[in-house]
Amino acid sequence: MSERFHDIVLTVNGEQVRERVDARKTLVDFLREDLSLTGSHVGCEHGVCGACTVRVDGVVVRGCLMLAVQCDGARVETIEGVSDQGEITDLQSAFETRNALQCGYCTPGMLLTAQELLAGGGVPSREAIRAHLSGNYCRCTGYHAIVDAVEAVAQSRAGGRR
Amino acid sequence: MKPAPFAYERARSLDHAIELISGAEDARLLAGGQSLIATLNMRLSRPQLLVDLNRVPGLDRIVMRDGKVEIGALIRYAQAERSAEITTRAPLIAKALPFIGHPAIRNRGTIGGSIAFGDPAAELPACFVALDAEAVIAGPSGSRVVKADTFYRGLFESALTPREVLTAIRVPAATGETRTGFAEFARRHGDYAMAGLAATARANGKALADIRLVFFGVGTMPVRARGAEAALANGDIEAAARALATDLNPPGDVQATSAVKRQLASVLLKRVAAELMGAGLEARS
Repeated sequence: MSERFHDIVLTVNGEQVRERVDARKTLVDFLREDLSLTGSHVGCEHGVCGACTVRVDGVVVRGCLMLAVQCDGARVETIEGVSDQGEITDLQSAFETRNALQCGYCTPGMLLTAQELLAGGGVPSREAIRAHLSGNYCRCTGYHAIVDAVEAVAQSRAGGRR
Repeated sequence: MKPAPFAYERARSLDHAIELISGAEDARLLAGGQSLIATLNMRLSRPQLLVDLNRVPGLDRIVMRDGKVEIGALIRYAQAERSAEITTRAPLIAKALPFIGHPAIRNRGTIGGSIAFGDPAAELPACFVALDAEAVIAGPSGSRVVKADTFYRGLFESALTPREVLTAIRVPAATGETRTGFAEFARRHGDYAMAGLAATARANGKALADIRLVFFGVGTMPVRARGAEAALANGDIEAAARALATDLNPPGDVQATSAVKRQLASVLLKRVAAELMGAGLEARS
């Protein structure tokens, strides 16, 4: 009847994946251990830190608060795919230019979360940027440089000022 | 940590979900999972079976019915934030939503999940009580409706039995006389509040009537401050703040002592009272 192990078929970074998973395996562990996509990081494992952020069906989610088995039929995108697609090249280069990362542990999650805000269009206020990134911990930078980078990209995407 | 082993079943329909939870010793319903999976990861919860509700059809609608907004249990916070129906007809919920978790949490977490889980520090259970809303519940012997005032019974305890599924909440639609107020204190935006307040009232000339002040993060479940409600009905904000001394008895927790929570509750009350009376900007300190 009710089983622990399930076969799932999903799309990860544009490629179809078929795997058999233990129901208790979280999405982020599945991506890292079964698919060797180690760009998504594991931090707190209870939804507080944001290091495991990935996209499922177009929206950012906590990779530690979703089970791999729930992603049967879903479209999953990780930092590897979003980076290779060139979708956030400007954001990545702004992070580098402004020293918006040091150890880099939070960076994949930070980039995907920031991109969701930026994709909404316009130039969000610094307060709005901070509120949007509030669920992503960075223990190195003190956040100012991250907010600077996101703001700069918002301005340049909105029309190339600065 | 990693969850202890469990079996998983995806419910195809509401009846299928009820059948699955009724047939298992220790089953839990999985909706958005933003609280449940965290407790599984920490092994605070070790169910035998998870019944996934996410693909059950019919639980993700927002409809107007008999002067009430019926919000399907699977409506996610982010969907609710974008809903014109909720913004205009359930403004208290619209005010509370941005305080719930973070964007990635709001993309997954569901309205029904929050109400059913009943975390005493969460925003929506308090809004649910403040709105005098109703829970629509389906079980093996049909469906029933439970009023908010009798829904919560204790810490993480509600009128829901282990064989029932919360399918929707019904919120009285706001009218021209409806007044709402919401405020909370959290150390980081999106974290659980140290203390919070959700409030509704009806404007009656220059006075407020039918006031419901519901605090969260100050007890084992949402707490109505009835003494403060009575004082506020007389227009006396200072007396309402004093009444909290007997209305509330907040236990201290890892975030704040009882005394700090009392102080925060008093500040929240003054802000929200001003918001209800239509002078929110002046009351900001």
